[in-house]
Amino acid sequence: MDMTEPTDALLNEPLIVVNLGLAGFANSIEEQDVVVVQVDWLPPAGGDQEMIDLLDKLL
Amino acid sequence: MSEERRTTAGTPARSTGYVIRPDQYYDSVFLMGVNSRLSKAAGVRQSAVLMGSQANKALLADIGIRARAIDEASANDLVIAVVADDAQAVDVALKGVDAALLAVETGTTRSEVHTLEDGLRRQPGANLAVLTIPGEYVYPEARQALEAGLHLFIFSSNVPLDQERELKRLAADRGLLVMGPDCGTSIVGGVGIGFANAVRRGAIGVIGPAGTGLQEFTCQVHHAGGGISHAIGTGSHDLSDDIGGATTLAALEALERDPSTKVIAIVAKPGGERTREVLISRLEACGKPVVACLLGVTDREPGPGLEWSATIDEAALTAVERCAMAVPRPASALTMTDPGLGLQDDRRRAARQRYVRGLFAGGTFCYQSQQILSRAGLKVLSNAPLNEDRRLQDPTQSVGHSLIDMGDDAHTRGRLHPMIDATLRAQRIVAESLDPEVAILLLDVILGTNAAPDPVGDIVAAIVEGRGLRPQEAGEVTVVASICGTEGDPQDLARVAQALIDAGVHVFWSNARATEYCLARLEGAN
Repeated sequence: MDMTEPTDALLNEPLIVVNLGLAGFANSIEEQDVVVVQVDWLPPAGGDQEMIDLLDKLL
Repeated sequence: MSEERRTTAGTPARSTGYVIRPDQYYDSVFLMGVNSRLSKAAGVRQSAVLMGSQANKALLADIGIRARAIDEASANDLVIAVVADDAQAVDVALKGVDAALLAVETGTTRSEVHTLEDGLRRQPGANLAVLTIPGEYVYPEARQALEAGLHLFIFSSNVPLDQERELKRLAADRGLLVMGPDCGTSIVGGVGIGFANAVRRGAIGVIGPAGTGLQEFTCQVHHAGGGISHAIGTGSHDLSDDIGGATTLAALEALERDPSTKVIAIVAKPGGERTREVLISRLEACGKPVVACLLGVTDREPGPGLEWSATIDEAALTAVERCAMAVPRPASALTMTDPGLGLQDDRRRAARQRYVRGLFAGGTFCYQSQQILSRAGLKVLSNAPLNEDRRLQDPTQSVGHSLIDMGDDAHTRGRLHPMIDATLRAQRIVAESLDPEVAILLLDVILGTNAAPDPVGDIVAAIVEGRGLRPQEAGEVTVVASICGTEGDPQDLARVAQALIDAGVHVFWSNARATEYCLARLEGAN
């Protein structure tokens, strides 16, 4: 592990955010001069829970 | 793209219809915005705009909308269903779907990035993932983010507790912080995430599971001339014995090490008994001064560095004093209503008017107000009660002194949270205004990022409507509101306060003070 704890870095270094979901959350963070990547998230495998479980097992 | 559309002429008094749009995925806030527009179409009694997941299909069946095509829809298919007075109204409403989708879509930006993996490829240095996706999908995404070394802010609710526990265990192994699930707000190094207020930066670090509790604390610190180093949201289940305070304890350690934090505050509901004891011993051993406000915990002795506060206001003032950085309170845009007005209200009250009714957007405000009124000896019922024996049987029907958390599951299923959409609260304001036993209405207004751009328009209209409909002999209802916000918030604090004052509302800048004012006015009534 680095000399710095990851939480110390979180509190003291600039944030770089990946936003999964609501674009409004990304916008409000971006307006505070923070770098944000907006992910327009989609449910995996068409949202079929059985298929997700199956894929999780296979991968 | 093929679209399935069906209108069923039902009984003369009720028709239903639906539209299915295959492979059109939208997030829930977007869909609820569309639903809110659709529900206002002429003759529409009920409408639903949702993705075809199993849970949503069950919801549709509950309102009597069943069809094979709906059964076969997947979680990536958009389903729009309407119950209306007649077939024509159903038809008109469904034809308006495109317009409603377009109206809500305008102003929302679309991204080319669709997976966390792609997002990380674009920003390999990312250090925080913010998740607002449906709770059932959170675990694999959150796990992937942790494995990539990112801290997490999880707004999503309905994440199973065993998955939350596992995510927090994985995070602890890597020294990472999981804010949430069901986390409404945080301020990290001055950056507000989720629902946050524009507060001064300073030396007070605060930890808390509740969204509005943290917002209130940071605003009160700001109003008292202090500032916030970090506000760490931990999620509503973190202090349960199932989770054991994993994030709270990790945040405490981080703030203890953080050079910019001089005083640490914790604002929370009491949590699980076992976890509470662990937390309190940890607070007592903290190397920095600690101010604790575990709402409802009032019997604890202070320790050498630990002070207890009964209300969020008191915790904020104590923390500012401990920083020895209190400056004279800046002149605020928030004008306090003339106290004499309250006495006039008392005189205009009829004999039957005895009760206070609280309608809250913030869960913590509902909780704190119950405590203040209960401590004064009132029997207060709620849909989110302090104790089960004070649970309101039907959350939609107030009895005696009733305080309603309008953000609870029953009020938000398939709807936007009252911090974003005031429709339900406005309806309830009118209903309570017509109850001859009501003396006082207590409200909260929450400003900040991601909250409604106009948080009081619908509320003021409802207050005026209720007042107009109330028979003169029933006496006047006193309306009291607290505003959680600062002059830097996007909603314009001064304008919001003035709109309330112009509507005859008694305005306070903290929930505790507004509640204490209700108590004083009630003493006039009883």
